[in-house]
Amino acid sequence: MKHFRVVVAGLAALVWAVPAVVLGQSAAPARSAAAGATSAASKPYVVPRTADGQPDLQGFWTNSTYVPLERPANVNKEFYTPEEAIAVEKSAAARESEQTEPGTVADVHYDFTQFGLDRSQSTFARSLRTSLIVDPPDGRIPPLTAEGQKRTAERAAARKAMGGQYDAVQNMPIGSRCIIMGGAGPPMMNAGYNANYQIVQAPGVVMILTEMIHDVRIIPLDGRTAPSPGVRQWTGVSRGRWEGTTLVVETTNFNGKNPFRGASEGMKVTERFTRVAADRVLYRFTVEDSSTWAKPWTAEMPMAKTDGPIFEFACHESNYGIANILAGARADEKRAAETAAKKGSN
Amino acid sequence: MRLRIGTWTWVAALAAGVVLVSVSVVSTQQPAARAYRAPRAPDGHPNLNGIWQAMNTAHWDIEAHSAGPSAVRDLGAAGAVPAGLGVVEGGELPYRPEALTKKKENLADRLKLDPEIKCYLPGVPRATYMPFPFQIIQGGEHVMLVHEFAGAVRTVYMTNQTEAPADSWMGWSNGRWEGESLVVDTRGFNDLSWFDRAGNFHSDALHVVERFTPRSADTLLYEATIEDPKVFTRPWKMSMPLYRRVEANAQILEFRCVEFVEDLMYGHLRKEPRKQ
Amino acid sequence: MSCRLGIVSAAMLVSGIAALAGHAALAGQAPPAQSATPRAVSGATPARAWVQPRTPDGQPDLQGFWSNSTYVPLERPNAVTKAFYTPEEAAAIRKAAASREQAQTAPGTVDDVHYDFSQFGLDRSQAAQAPNLRTSLIIDPPDGKIPPMTEDGRRRVAEREAATKGVGRWDSAESNQLDDRCLIMAGAGPPMMDAAYNSNYHIVQAPGYVMILTEMIHDVRVIPLDGRAAPSERVRQWMGTSRGRWEGDTLVVETTNFNGKNPFRNSSERMRVTERFRRVSDQVILYGFTIDDPSTWTRPWTAEMPMQKTTGPLFEHACHEGNFGLYNTLVGARLEEQRAAEAARTPKK
Repeated sequence: MKHFRVVVAGLAALVWAVPAVVLGQSAAPARSAAAGATSAASKPYVVPRTADGQPDLQGFWTNSTYVPLERPANVNKEFYTPEEAIAVEKSAAARESEQTEPGTVADVHYDFTQFGLDRSQSTFARSLRTSLIVDPPDGRIPPLTAEGQKRTAERAAARKAMGGQYDAVQNMPIGSRCIIMGGAGPPMMNAGYNANYQIVQAPGVVMILTEMIHDVRIIPLDGRTAPSPGVRQWTGVSRGRWEGTTLVVETTNFNGKNPFRGASEGMKVTERFTRVAADRVLYRFTVEDSSTWAKPWTAEMPMAKTDGPIFEFACHESNYGIANILAGARADEKRAAETAAKKGSN
Repeated sequence: MRLRIGTWTWVAALAAGVVLVSVSVVSTQQPAARAYRAPRAPDGHPNLNGIWQAMNTAHWDIEAHSAGPSAVRDLGAAGAVPAGLGVVEGGELPYRPEALTKKKENLADRLKLDPEIKCYLPGVPRATYMPFPFQIIQGGEHVMLVHEFAGAVRTVYMTNQTEAPADSWMGWSNGRWEGESLVVDTRGFNDLSWFDRAGNFHSDALHVVERFTPRSADTLLYEATIEDPKVFTRPWKMSMPLYRRVEANAQILEFRCVEFVEDLMYGHLRKEPRKQ
Repeated sequence: MSCRLGIVSAAMLVSGIAALAGHAALAGQAPPAQSATPRAVSGATPARAWVQPRTPDGQPDLQGFWSNSTYVPLERPNAVTKAFYTPEEAAAIRKAAASREQAQTAPGTVDDVHYDFSQFGLDRSQAAQAPNLRTSLIIDPPDGKIPPMTEDGRRRVAEREAATKGVGRWDSAESNQLDDRCLIMAGAGPPMMDAAYNSNYHIVQAPGYVMILTEMIHDVRVIPLDGRAAPSERVRQWMGTSRGRWEGDTLVVETTNFNGKNPFRNSSERMRVTERFRRVSDQVILYGFTIDDPSTWTRPWTAEMPMQKTTGPLFEHACHEGNFGLYNTLVGARLEEQRAAEAARTPKK
């Protein structure tokens, strides 16, 4: 009898212990200054699971960073030392904090630091990398193919033919038009501010909400194929699958209106999300577009856990800027015409 | 002997039972609604995951209405208004007198005033019954409602619930489970969205309580109670079924309509008229 | 042997009683006037006792193609004081009407421009008609005429006439008649009045519903039998909204929520139409309707007409799609105005 009770107690303990291990609260937060390498922290991290068994990527994340996409011209190594990295961040922060001269054009745009929007006041995951690009090894986007160059030139010519930037709303940047932010992707590039994401998972589906401009990607995990080429979207069409604890997302069917670094409509982006710590997801993407680059290229950035919530980014609804800019341009032209007419009649 | 009587008793009881069953089946005019129990999501709650869409004319006019011509002549029948029996329980919206005047003004000038036409975020509950699908993604802490129209998105906070930190178009939603229903309580609206294309509107005092209740494998019962003392004399309720998009490749596609309304909104600010 | 005979006799007796009971039921249900038996209507003796066919779900079977074409006018002619003609009188009337239809119009006249119905087999004399000895479709009031109008009704008539004063028929599409605009035929109803041609209907039944397709202009009424209430007052339709129920073997259909744009005999939007359909033989459905509109007439009134089984199919009546007539008429009218204006400007020689 006593023996039996001990056995039962032991079994009960085991039952309680197993879920704790699986839910994997790692012992210490993994935000270490040395976490610039791609491998995880020294203690193996066990990814928690959602109720339906997916590795849990849920929560609020930011990919704000000071690391540029391409390695700066005067840098030849892959990683900074921690001191060098901090120095880079510090000087960038100082530039962000510089008050613009009141009354100058530069001052008209709001000062990010006032609203706590600049990177130095945001959460970000430190990376010692000198570039987000990890392949090619020189940390730079590969050269354009001849076709890619031709396309870039054609696009520039078409843009020039449209006229001045303020001639019509369609001549303005798509971000100013509140259609989509240039870096919304995929791949998801680091916005200058509000570089925030919310991930929610349900059986068969991973949802990523990008704060600006409330863009949602709903990534099905059911193995469906890409839709017909007749369906083209700003953010393409994404399909996902789990490889171990890494979410692999393939995206095609881009509409070519927000070309990533000169890419064509035929671009294919493969993203990889791996939760490497309780407060860190490693985000890696490969861009393939044989009509633009001879070889695929890959970049990597950490995403740090941040606080929610994500606020509604009602860009278009409050877009007084664009109407006022266009009205101002038209007013300028009118004044110029009136002045010229006066001069002519004198 | 004794066995035979027993047998006949059984037969009589069986016959009586058959009669009772058939009488109840025949006499029942409207079968009582059987409470449907949906399969569970992994979190143990009713599974609302999926792509849903309303199929009615509430987006034209939530009150009962006859068919009518298009507000845009050149659209002909393609822009004409289909008839509808209405989704508002009790029939008429209980407007305050001055609010009814405003509704009529909205209706008369709807081409200029309807926020949908400018691709503005549709607000709640209009987003639910726009003629576009939306997807429910049931995470643990958050249930997401992702709408195809204008890419509108609603986050329903199931835990760590707070009040709305600021006004917004889609409001601030806190959710809870009540039996088979997901109950979503939303405040923090601005006063810029409408309920439909007929000019029915609200103020920033709007408070919406919605219930999403599975009623069969592929339908939900959607109910929304609207409270807005600045506009209505009392709360009122709407209800409608939501239908699952069951095709194998169902997905929310983009309807990034900002691009489609730029000429409408800013065309008058072009340097030169658009070459046709 | 005699046993079998007894059974057969009993069966016939039972079906005969049932048939009689059915007739009596219809007569009893036509308030306030009672309709005549099919014998008086048809002028022929009924064949052996006929059994009401039923649909698989037990409804009396009204399905098929039917025509309500008739020479009987809605209201009794002034010169006539009785309710029924003799068979000979009725035959003479039909013959006279038929020969009028056959009379060729003089080529080159305006009358000749419109097509000759008889050429295309569209005239009434070539349509399926159920025999009917009545002198009017109206059976109540007994004088066979529409009751007097109320003051409201008369005022509405005056207002409608005033609204059309000064508006030329060819001024615009909207100033044309509803049928020329292909919106709806005046007699589409309800109540369903006989059309000059193509006066055909297709009835199809399914559990809980009776569908009536009126050939012109492919108007369909889907009549629910589930006892639902009328919809909100805000829902108004050209054909109103119909709700039906079976009373014995008679389909009773109530219709309200008219939009008032196709006013039956100057009725108001508030008109309530109660129709009755009862199949009285393989060949005939007896169709009756009561008009109740206190804001227009001093009392309700009732009419009745037999619908004759006819051969299908019903052809698609794509009126609007083929409406060159309206367009050309307007073009012609504008052209005439232009010519008149030019003639006025040109000095006379």
